[in-house]
This record gives sequence, structure tokens and C-alpha cells, in this order.
Amino acid sequence: MDLTWSDDEEAFRAEARAWLQENLAAWRDRHDGRILSGDTAEGFAQHLDWERTLFDGGWAVVSWPEAHGGRAASRWEWLIFEEEYYRAGAPPRITQNGIFLLAPTVFEYGTAAQQDHILRRMARGDDLWCQGWSEPDAGSDLASLSSRARRDDERGGWVLDGQKTWTTRGAFCTHLFGLFRTDPDSERHRGLTYLLVPLDLDGITVRGFGRLDGDEGFAEVFLDGAFLPDDALPGGPVLGEVGAGWSVAMATTSSERGLTLRSPGRFTATADRLADLYRERGGRDPALRDRVVQAWMHAEAYRLQTLQTVTADADGHPAGARSSLVKLWWSELDVALHETALDILGPDAELDGPWTKGWQFALSGPIYAGTNEIQRNIAAERVLGLPRK
Amino acid sequence: MRFAFTDDQHDLRDAVRDLLAKECPPEVVRAAWPEGTDAHGARKGEGARADPSRVERVWAALAEMGVLGVAVPEEHGGLGLSELDWVLLAEETGYVALPHPFVETAAVAGPLLATAGDPDGVLASVLDGSRRAAVLPLGTRLVPWGDAVTLLLTLDVDPATGEWVARRVADGVARGDHRALADVVDAGRRTVQLEAWRAGDRLGAGGDAALAFDRGALGTAAQLVGLARRMIDLTVGYVGERRQFGVPIGSFQAVKHHLADAALQLEFAAPAVHRAAWSLATGAATTHRDVSMAKAMASDAARRAGRTALQCHGAIGYTTEYDLHLFLKRAEVLARTWGDPAWHRTRVADALAL
Ligand SMILES: Cc1cc2nc3c(=O)[nH]c(=O)nc-3n(C[C@H](O)[C@H](O)[C@H](O)COP(=O)(O)OP(=O)(O)OC[C@H]3O[C@@H](n4cnc5c(N)ncnc54)[C@H](O)[C@@H]3O)c2cc1C
Repeated sequence: MDLTWSDDEEAFRAEARAWLQENLAAWRDRHDGRILSGDTAEGFAQHLDWERTLFDGGWAVVSWPEAHGGRAASRWEWLIFEEEYYRAGAPPRITQNGIFLLAPTVFEYGTAAQQDHILRRMARGDDLWCQGWSEPDAGSDLASLSSRARRDDERGGWVLDGQKTWTTRGAFCTHLFGLFRTDPDSERHRGLTYLLVPLDLDGITVRGFGRLDGDEGFAEVFLDGAFLPDDALPGGPVLGEVGAGWSVAMATTSSERGLTLRSPGRFTATADRLADLYRERGGRDPALRDRVVQAWMHAEAYRLQTLQTVTADADGHPAGARSSLVKLWWSELDVALHETALDILGPDAELDGPWTKGWQFALSGPIYAGTNEIQRNIAAERVLGLPRK
Repeated sequence: MRFAFTDDQHDLRDAVRDLLAKECPPEVVRAAWPEGTDAHGARKGEGARADPSRVERVWAALAEMGVLGVAVPEEHGGLGLSELDWVLLAEETGYVALPHPFVETAAVAGPLLATAGDPDGVLASVLDGSRRAAVLPLGTRLVPWGDAVTLLLTLDVDPATGEWVARRVADGVARGDHRALADVVDAGRRTVQLEAWRAGDRLGAGGDAALAFDRGALGTAAQLVGLARRMIDLTVGYVGERRQFGVPIGSFQAVKHHLADAALQLEFAAPAVHRAAWSLATGAATTHRDVSMAKAMASDAARRAGRTALQCHGAIGYTTEYDLHLFLKRAEVLARTWGDPAWHRTRVADALAL
């Protein structure tokens, strides 16, 4: 066991830290210090500017191969970068659904043509991807989804009908990835296909609407006979095999729950800020101090568990269904961190600010990426081996 | 960066695990419980179900394997291994609810005596198992396995100097010096309550004594991890078998969610314990903080596992005939000894300058 970083890793950290500090300041200056939420119509452009800065600096997708715009960083370096990213106070990534959810699946299932076309454009923010799983009648029971894609050989493509909903940043994105029923007689997880869909097709209407925090981060996507041609993008719009969409999609959902969507750096940085807040506010309340410590320890424990998981993975023992436990941990931790902050702020917590904003977002953690009830079911059945029926 | 134990560490763990599985099943733990009723007329144990000599045999077997000297340098007759080597062994002794002072003897007293140069010449008898050590940390007067302990140490912070001090209790506690077992929750610990004792010479002070305390807290945290795992394992087995409404109760969502939450706490407490072992082994500057985080989290996880296990068992879990109570009581007792979760969170708070 050796829990220290090598000289090379420390050098990587220093490089990332220096770059982030300089470029974040420059980005804020470019926008006169008035940085809006990236989940608003106005703020999205500012954040796209930041994503491009990241890409040009070589930091948009550190762990990807250089051919696709990355710097072939190791998993360890990726974790270090994430720590530095959030420690520096850099904003949540508006490209995250593409980079953290679609990309791992493209690496695993995409053809060379798809990879060449999709990945670099995604990392640069040229194409902005949103995730189209949920439908009005298919939430936790995703396999019951009913949006259809009918084959039209004459025109050479697919005809899409149905409706997707709760699509994060759908109103600001250019592309959607999602599951569609391609076998009209199929049930549940059979007969589904994973499709890559430009949102500017005729017959697609996107309507943005407000989330609980007021940002227009949600969208519903109506598909009314929209025609998706086979040459919509190089390599075609089908990811993986026709009819095999469920297993392709499952690769994405495990990234979503586990490491890639919410790395520990985000929470350890928040925990450090929480400790600062308690010190600044001259906290004297032992009960509150205890909660600060508890939240701080739980963030630290997440970091440690991740280091153990990454080591085990490198040794050929992948985490598998334990990613469900990880999702439970970070989502509950996020709520605890922010609730504790609001309690330190006292009555001032009514005022809009980073902690109140963060709290409102944290509340969604136990819902998205598979609700925590679903994660508990998965953990009980697949980690502990309890009977399904 | 590499957060994993070595093959050698796993091999040693496996050897101890096998030994304990064979020598220390629940009936042996039960055999350590006093027979009959306590002062309140309660019949706490289900009496000896195993030959009492088997209780002693476990200890002898551990001594024979050398693991009582795991943390003692080779020149003093030990194995000369580090916290990273013995932390997994402590977990195993927790898993079986070993009815002996393993952590106190092997992780605390042995190395402390060795560092002090074995002033009383007792180390050899500690290593061969003939002398058992107990430690009174933080001013407690309760001596676990006090009826068999023949070397007694105290570990406290001197209020005047703020310095940790370890002392040998003068005259120790001799076997047969008619110490009465106290009535306690986990009677398998055979706790003796000392009325008063004479502080003996300092065995160590400052860094050495502080290190001894951290080792005790770490070892106890590791035992709590083992206990949590045991109670979850026991419950997973039970809810897969027990049927109600025509199906195994483990197929009910409420049961699943209880168990998933218990597994969750364990999943994140265990790495904290393993990291604390590394911090101790490498003398990291954050050792006190890391040990305290480990002890607080392991205590919480073990308590949660105990509550969950009991609830998912229903009434069978609430009997002395069933084994669960052996582990549940041990977990509660260990959660509060060597510093309870609040004590350790305060130490973390101090380390964070909160
Ligand atoms: C901020 C946010 C962003 C999101 N972004 C996206 C996105 O980009 N793309 C996308 O496709 N979706 C997105 N979602 C949708 C999200 O994936 C769904 O909300 C989630 O899967 C739950 O579905 P539902 O909302 O329909 O709730 P329901 O499935 O109706 O569940 C309601 C309640 O019932 C419980 N429940 C349901 N079934 C079970 C069961 N079998 N056992 C126990 N309890 C159960 C749930 O746990 C929950 O508590 C987002 C959601 C949020 C909050």
C-alpha cells in the first residue's frame, strides 16, 4: 500500500493547478466577473466559452487518447485533475452528459468513424449532447419506454415518434442520445436501439422548462415523425447493434452512477469550503461542528473508497454493481454537506448564494441517475445477493 | 498510489481467518459467557455449548501462530510487522467476536513494551500467550477479560501537560486475586471493574504513548469492521432462507433497503480504517485525525449493521439462543471504548481547526 502520489503525479497536479488558476481568472474577466449558471439560456454561452478554453488548453478530457483531444492521462491523474478542478472553484461541466455518459459508450461500442467524428467535436463543445432516456411514462421503469424508431429503407433512415422528458440542458444542446423501440412488437428491454439524434431534424420540438432551482435546465423533446437519415453523422446514428440498445445503455448508466459523473474531488472541495464557512461564521455550536466533521469525513471516505476501487480495478477486479453504493453515498453526502451549510448560515440561508443554489441542486441527486430506492434494490440484489422475488 | 494490501498480507489474513473459523465458532464465544444468572437474576448467556477449554485453545493457537507478536520487533521475538499487516487480523478477530484481548495484547501492549525495552521482562510471556494484557484507555476502570489479564496498562492524556502517558498498573492484576466479574452487556468480555489502582512507572510518554493509543483505537475500529461484516453476512443468509407471505423475506424491498444501507456504511468505513493503518505504518502527519475518522466511522457502521441485523431477523434475533446478540453487544461495547464516535469526531474537528 502506498497512498502517496509520485513526483510525476505531483507535477501534473501543479501544472493543472496553475493552468486552472490563470485561465479561470481570465474567463471571469472576459465576462466582467458576472458568471451565470450554465443551465440558463444566457449562461450557457459563457460556459461554452469556458469549455472551449479547457479544450484549447488540453484539459477538457484529460483521460482520453490524444487522437481524440485528450492527454492520455491515467485514472489517477484524472482524479487529481478533478480534485484541482473543483478546488479551484471551476464550474460544473455543461458538456458532462456527453463527455462522462455518452463518450465511455462510444469508446466501447462506437465504430472508428463514429469515434473520429463524435469525440473531438464533443470535447470541443461543437456538438452538445443531452441524454434522452426518460419518458413521461418511463422513469424508474426505463425498460417500459415507448418512443419508437421505424425503419424506412427507401429513404435510408429512421422515423422517430414519441416523447422524451427531464432532458438535462436539452434546450441548449445540439444532439440527443437515447433509447428507441425499433421492434414495434417488442416488450421491455428487448427490441430497443441506442440512437444518436441531431436535434435540428424536422419533426423535433424541444421545450425547455424550469427546474426546482429556477434554471431552465430541463427540456421535453417531442418527436413527430422526425426523419433521422443514416448519414446523419459519419458511421451512422446507431450505437452498437440494432435491437441491442439496452445492453449498450447499461454501460452508460454504470458510468453515471459510479466514478465518472461525480468524482470525489467535487465533494472534498465542497467539504473543505464547508469547514471554511464554519470557521468564518465563528461557529460555536458543538452540534453543528459535529455535523461539519461528519460531512467532511464522509467526503474523505468517498475519496478513499475511490482510490481503493481504482486500485482494485487496475488489478482486474472491477467494481460492478458496487457503483450503486457509490451513487447512494455521493448523493446523500451532497445533501448533508449543503444542509449543514444552510444551518450554519442560519436565517441568511434564505438569500440566494452558492450554498442555497448548491442545496437546491443537491436535492436532485437522490433522484437522477437512477433513484436511490432503485440503487438500494440493485445493491441488495447484486452486491449482497438477496433474492429478486 | 496503490490502495490495496499485498498478497502476503492477504495470506496472513487468510491463515488467521481459517484458524478462527475452525477454533472460534459462536459456540466457543458462548463458552466464554459466565453460566447462570447475573445479580439481577437475568440469564444472559445460553451457557457453555462448547468445552470451556476451547476458549483457551483459541488464544494458544493464535500465540502458536506467532500473531500475538505480530507488531513486536523480531529482536524481541515478534514477527516485526506493521499496522498494515495486523489491521486485517484485527478485522478477523472482530468477525468471530474473539473472546480475548487481541488488540490490547498484540497491537498495544506488545509493541509498547518492546519500545520501552521490556523493563519488567514480561514480553516473552506476552508473546507466548501465557500473559494477557488489558489497557485502560481514557480513564476507564473497566478491564476486559479482567479475570485472565495479568498485565494492565493505562493510557491517558496528562491534563497538566497535554501529553499522552502510558503506565503499568502497579502489581498488575494477578490471576485469581478474586476480582469479581462485573455485570455487563457483553458478558463474553468477562469485564472486571477496578475500584482503584496504583499508578506504576511510566512505560512510555509523548509520542510512544500516543502511538499506543492510536493503535488501540485502530485495532478496535478494525474489529468493528469485522463485526459489521459478520452481522451483515449473518443477516443476508437468514433473509434468504426465512419465508413469510410465501416468499423469502429478503425479496421484500424494505428488507433490501435496510441491508443496502448497512452495506453502504461498511463500504465506506472500511477504506477509512485501512487508510488509518497506512498512516500509522508510515508515521503520517495526519495519523491522529485518520485514526479518529476510522474509529468514528467504523463505530457508526457497526452500530448500523447491528440495528439492521436485528430488525431483519425479527424476534429470533432478539433471543439469547440465536448468535446475533453475541456480535451486536460486542459492537456496541467496542463502539464506545477507546473513544466513542463523538470523542473521535472532536479530535477530527481539532485537527481541522474547527
Ligand atoms: C435534475 C435531474 C436531471 C435529470 N436529467 C435527465 C436526463 O438528462 N435525461 C434523462 O433521460 N432523465 C433525466 N432525469 C430523469 C431521471 O432519470 C428520473 O427522474 C428518474 O429515473 C426517476 O424517474 P421518475 O422521475 O419518473 O420517478 P418514478 O420512477 O415515477 O419514481 C417516483 C418514486 O417512486 C420510487 N420508485 C419507483 N419505482 C420503484 C421501485 N421499483 N422500487 C422502489 N421505489 C420505486 C422512486 O424511487 C421515486 O421515489 C433527470 C432527473 C433530475 C431530477
